[in-house]
Amino acid sequence: MSSSNPATPAIRPAAAEPPVLEARNICVSLGGRLILDEVSTTLARGELKVVIGPSGAGKSTFLQCINCLTPPDSGRLFLEGRELNRHDSFALRRFRQQVGMIFQDFNLFDHLTALDNVSVALRKVRGLPAKEAKERAMQELERVGLTLRAKLYPAELSGGQKQRVAFARALAMDPKVLLLDEPTSALDPELVGEVLEVIRHLAKGGMTMLMVTHQMDFARALANEIVFMDVGKIVESGSPAELLAPGACTRTADFCGKLDHMGL
Amino acid sequence: MLTPDDLTTFIQGLLSSIDAGFLLDRVAPALNRGLLVTIKLVIPSIILGVLLGIALGAARAFGQRPLRRAGDVYAYIFRGVPLIVQLFIIYNALPKLGLALDGFAAAVLGFIMCSGAYHSEYIRGALLSVRQGQIRAAQALGFSRSGLLLHVVLPQALRRALPACGNEFIYLIKYTSLAYMTTCVDLTSEARNLAAYTFRFPEVFMVCGLYYLALTSLAGLGLRWLEKKAHIPGFGRSK
Repeated sequence: MSSSNPATPAIRPAAAEPPVLEARNICVSLGGRLILDEVSTTLARGELKVVIGPSGAGKSTFLQCINCLTPPDSGRLFLEGRELNRHDSFALRRFRQQVGMIFQDFNLFDHLTALDNVSVALRKVRGLPAKEAKERAMQELERVGLTLRAKLYPAELSGGQKQRVAFARALAMDPKVLLLDEPTSALDPELVGEVLEVIRHLAKGGMTMLMVTHQMDFARALANEIVFMDVGKIVESGSPAELLAPGACTRTADFCGKLDHMGL
Repeated sequence: MLTPDDLTTFIQGLLSSIDAGFLLDRVAPALNRGLLVTIKLVIPSIILGVLLGIALGAARAFGQRPLRRAGDVYAYIFRGVPLIVQLFIIYNALPKLGLALDGFAAAVLGFIMCSGAYHSEYIRGALLSVRQGQIRAAQALGFSRSGLLLHVVLPQALRRALPACGNEFIYLIKYTSLAYMTTCVDLTSEARNLAAYTFRFPEVFMVCGLYYLALTSLAGLGLRWLEKKAHIPGFGRSK
């Protein structure tokens, strides 16, 4: 792999700084089944944390609980040390603006061009004037290499391009942290690289990210920490070097072995 | 039995009834007068009807439970009772309860309420067809409920509902002919009066029919144009 020492985090927070994001004891049941059982995690500034685990482990639900797309039954959420009162809808919207989200199936707005997909929230949520929003959106599209596709609609873009527009859309809001829910799982294999490239760039630039993925090579190379989830709990966590060391008898290593075996 | 002779008689009658003088001097002025009234009935009914339909459809698709129920009951009643009975109620029964409207206002109100109920059904379906993922994406960006409805869901839903709503516009143009129930003298009423007075039913009503056809053709063209204008790659037919 490209990275020389994957265990070294990009940027370490100053000791006094609160974590960018903290989820504490998140519990959620759906349809009478406990999906998340007291899951907690902390993200320091600039940290890239990767969540892995078998399907049905609750990884996606955990991500969706963090910005309350799936409201947790209990648990507490903190952004830069300030607790979110999720029953205050104004506070929740403020919170969500600062917590970007990337979805597995992109979820671009089908009726808007790439440019408008990026600028609509700037205009309608942040209240920026149209011209300013457009300039900002163009900058973000440039960052993901899609300047020439600005006028196209989602139906006219490839999967990889759609996901890159989704990144531009999330980044335009200047999020403090980005949640990525299997950002490459719905892509054709030859398109995965371009999206991983965007994530790699963000990681290098110090973006704080929490990412669910099955791209183990990628996680190994870039993650500061890997969290392994199963049946609604965090089973183990640690740096890729610890969990994936040759001969390490961890669930993570076992799971990765299976993925490798399947050629994933 | 209809014999070929009957047919010949019919065609001869039809041809002999074409009387340019009568058509220009009597039929055209009366029907033009009626046409103007019909247009005045149609325009506010279409515009307010579709707005009511959007509000109702949104309430029925996304409202809190009581609002949703209220919308459902409304649509149930106004789709379930014949329009002609609704007009009777508005024009003849409401005054007894202290709400008197003139014929024109009563007719427009009836058309708005009825077409709003139909529109709400088309729009509700279209609203529910917008992919859930886009709603979540909008929420994740910090959109409020009303903001995401206005800027994400409605623009897509209205495009999907346009063909069905267009159908409703065409219906509305035709059922304004029920305005005579409220003594509003529209195109059909003018034709009836003239025909009854001159006893020349065939030509008067055929011309009347042509007037309606012209109106609905115009509406059809307008809708075609609107559909083209609103077309976006990935929505409906690909060109």
